[in-house]
This record gives sequence, structure tokens and C-alpha cells, in this order.
Amino acid sequence: MTGDLRELYNDMILEHAKSPRNYRALGEGSLHRDGHNPLCGDRVTVYVQLDGDVVKDVAFQGNGCAVSKASASIMTQALKGKTRAEAEELYTLFHDLLTGKLDPEADEERLGKLAAFKDVGKFPVRVKCATLAWHTLHAALHDEKKPVSTE
Amino acid sequence: MSIPALPVLPPRAARPAESPMFDVQRVRDDFPILRQKVRGKPLVYLDNAATSQKPRAVLDALQHYYAADNANVHRGVHLLSERATQDYEGARAKIRDFLNAADDREIVFVRGATEAINLVAQTYGRKNIREGDEVLITAMEHHSNIVPWQMLCEEKGAVLRVAPINDDGELLLDEFEKLLTPRTRIVSVVHVSNSLGTVNPVKRIVEMAHARGVPVLVDGAQSAPHLPINVRELGCDFFTFSGHKLFGPTGVGVLYGREALLEAMPPYQGGGDMIRTVSFEKTTYNGLPYKFEAGTPHIAGGIGLGAAVDYLQALDWEAVAAHEHDLLTYATAALSEVPGLRLIGTAREKAAVVSFVLEGVHPHDIGTILDQEGVAIRTGHHCTQPLMDRFGVPATARASFAFYNTREEIDALVRGIHKVREVFA
Repeated sequence: MTGDLRELYNDMILEHAKSPRNYRALGEGSLHRDGHNPLCGDRVTVYVQLDGDVVKDVAFQGNGCAVSKASASIMTQALKGKTRAEAEELYTLFHDLLTGKLDPEADEERLGKLAAFKDVGKFPVRVKCATLAWHTLHAALHDEKKPVSTE
Repeated sequence: MSIPALPVLPPRAARPAESPMFDVQRVRDDFPILRQKVRGKPLVYLDNAATSQKPRAVLDALQHYYAADNANVHRGVHLLSERATQDYEGARAKIRDFLNAADDREIVFVRGATEAINLVAQTYGRKNIREGDEVLITAMEHHSNIVPWQMLCEEKGAVLRVAPINDDGELLLDEFEKLLTPRTRIVSVVHVSNSLGTVNPVKRIVEMAHARGVPVLVDGAQSAPHLPINVRELGCDFFTFSGHKLFGPTGVGVLYGREALLEAMPPYQGGGDMIRTVSFEKTTYNGLPYKFEAGTPHIAGGIGLGAAVDYLQALDWEAVAAHEHDLLTYATAALSEVPGLRLIGTAREKAAVVSFVLEGVHPHDIGTILDQEGVAIRTGHHCTQPLMDRFGVPATARASFAFYNTREEIDALVRGIHKVREVFA
């Protein structure tokens, strides 16, 4: 694989794309939202089960490319046990990572596994693939009624 | 403007079947954009169904218009306006000839096939379609031949009927015929499917519809660049295409309409050029085709499209057709050997388009990896979401060829797909 491709399709992303974690629906009482990327037809549903202010469980289902699936999968792992405020912080952090507002090395610790997406910004048309699940999560947490679209 | 002389090719029968005598290198030299490297690799442009590249003759025509003749058309008394008008109307005549239409009055310049269909829906459609009436399309339409009719049906309380297709992506003609009812007011059907490559039997469709007195619009966005078009032989009432897919500029396209129908249709947009007289009490409209061309048109675009048509007319179309068919056959055979690859669209009558999915890999990932190899294809739903649903896929990868593509480029595509399989092994 050429260097550039390896940056996008790194082991972490490929592994999560192949075996996404928390790929399921959550039942009654959970928040959920649908997200859609009209460019490529990706669809994702993000489920959040809150216990008071804490994300007790989070899961997703959907159909998408490797980047969008891996992003949703890693997102669910990163969010479990976080407070709403912490989840929002991660949302902003991830957004900043993809839009180049962040030095991934300086923020390595805060990023954790999210650092796997540090080079997606080099593939501008793929940024929306990585952010779809996060936008959908954001809407679920804010109980925004309208469906999420990346367009 | 001078058109480069192209070699006269021997008749098809004189050539060995396995190597069609089409001088592809010679035509490639006419397309400056093809001579570049992308991401360090020679550009392999296989996204021609999205938009085609432009020969130098088109670029020169655009440059010449803006550098030497730029003026508004149809109204100036000065020389530049006269020259611009002559070239713009000259382009209309070239297009009339290209389509074998009866009269220049039947050639309306629009922004593209999308606007052409909207024009018909909003004029012919609004005038003739009432509550309970039906509009008949097929399951393989582009969104541009679905949404304008949906909007019209919603406004009028009419019904959009959709003729089904089989698993190869072929229209079920019997089912189509059954859907022609006494309430059908118009049939609007794609000539060549952008997603599947299927060539629809539009002549037969026109016969069926006309037997019931129903007019037919043929969306030729994908057929005009690949097949000789003869609107009088097809018998269709409307034919639409986009300039940019026909090796011409973006932002210009054509609506052909039979004169009697166009005459009876109300205008589309109001403004300058489409009027004869205007007072605050009453406006009388201009004749055809100007009644449908409000405002300053895309003059350069029209002239550029005329140059594209000249370029195409100078090619040996039998040789072009044989070459494109060879590309389709070669690509189909090569892709069929890739493990886990499934072709979407396997009609007997096909244009040079191959849509496919790869087991375990989303088309978007295929597109990104191929791009790293310099191979440009389209991935996604190709503006045919209902068709994707029909085949149970969210999207496909699509390679679409033009006469300037080569077997070597298909080899590069296949090598790229093997790379995709390695990444996702």
C-alpha cells in the first residue's frame, strides 16, 4: 500500500471497519437519530442510553464505507461512561482533528483511539464519512428532531 | 473555425474483428487534459458518464468567442453581435443536423438535460396534465427524470407510474405496455441508463405510446455521446441532452421538441429575447425556439457545443462504436474474473458503462484507492437512488468509457481493484 493510502486505511480503521463494535440497536428509553450522507448514500443510526448525565450505553447500525463504519465503531468505544459534557468535548475534539485545528501529537492523550483518523483530513472528500456518526450523536444528545445530513 | 482533419478509416468489414482499426492515440492527442499525471500516475479517466473531456477544438472555439467575437446575440446592430449571433445560430443548425431534426426551430438551448426535462414538465406538463392523469417513467431513471415529474404530479394530483426492470437491468416491455392507460399523458424514458449502461428500445417504446396517442420524451444525456441519434427515426416527441457529456462545455444543453408540440406549449421563463412585444397590459411571445430562451443565453456554451458536434461528426462512427464495444467487452471480461466482484447491469444491449460492487468493500473506498492509482471512477448512487434500492445496494462503483479510452486503461482499473482487495483482505 502506498504511504498515503496507509494513512487513511491504517490498521485501526481497517480492523474496526471489518469488526465494528457496538453494532446493534438499543431498546426502549434510548435516544436515537438517523444520519445520512447523500453524497455516497451512507446511512447510520446512533443510539444513546443515558443514565442521568452519563452515557451508559451507545451503539450504532448502518451502511457505509470503511471510514464511516470505523468512525462510528471507535466513537461508541470512546463515549461509554462519559458525561454529556465530556461527550460534547470529544465531539469538538474530533471535529478539530479532522479540520486540521489540532496537533494530533500534542493531543495524543486526549484523542486516544480517535487519533486513528488524524490523516483523514488529507482526503477532503472523506472527511464527511468520518464525521457522520459524530454529527448524528450530537443530534441525538441534543434531541434535535430533524434527520442529520452531511450536506 | 477549422476542424482538424481526421483519418478516414476503412469500412468495418475490412478490419480484423479482434483489433478494431480505431486510431485511439490520434484522438487522445486531441484532448489536452488526458496528458497529465495525477498522484504521480498517468491519468486514467473513466468517469465519462459524469462528464466527458473536451477536445482542443471546443477549447479553441470558447477562446475564440471570448477573444474575438464576444457580444450579445439577436439584438446588436454592430459587427461583433452579428458574428456572435451567426456562430450561436450556426451551432443550433449543427445540432439540428446532428439530431436529424426537421428544423432549427425545434432546437432549444437550455442549461442541460435536467433543465430540458423541467421545461417540458413545467410547460407541456402543466398545460396538459390534470388530476388523476398519469406520467409513465421507468425504474432506471436518473433523478432528473423523476423529480420534475413528481413535482408536477404533486401539484396536479396526477400519478407517477414506474415501469419495472428485470435483474439484468432491462426494461420489462410487456409491463411497460400494461402501464400505458387511457390516463397516461406523457412517457418520459431514459435512452441509455447512466448507472447500468442499458440501452432502452426507445423506438419500440415510442411506437407503443404513439399507438395510444401518448407523447414520449427521451432523455438522451447518456445516449447522444455514444450512439448516432436520429430523432425522426426514433419518432420521439422530445429529446434532451447535456453539452458537457457530449465533449462540449458545461452549462449548456439541448431540448429537441417536435415543432407542433413546442408551438402549442406556453413559455417557460419570462424575460428578454422570448418576447415579441411587451406592454404593461399584454406581452406577445417570440417564435420558436426563442419563446423558450429567456434572457441572454450561454452564447459561448452554445458555440462550444457546436464545435463539439463538428468534432464528433468528423469521427468515423462505425469505428467509434466498434472501439467502445471492444472496451465494454474487454472490461466486462476482465472484471468478471475478479473474485467477489458483481456487475450491476448486465443487459444484452449496453453502452460502455460498467457498474459493480465488491464483496466486503464499500464503493466509496474503492473510489479512493483507485484515485491513488490515478484512476478516476464514480462511486455512489449516481443520482439513481430508486435503482440502487431495486438492486439492493446502497451504491456502486462505476467505470464509464469514452472513445478516447484504451484497453491499457482498463488494465489499470483492474490492477487498482486488486489493490483494493489487498487493502481489505
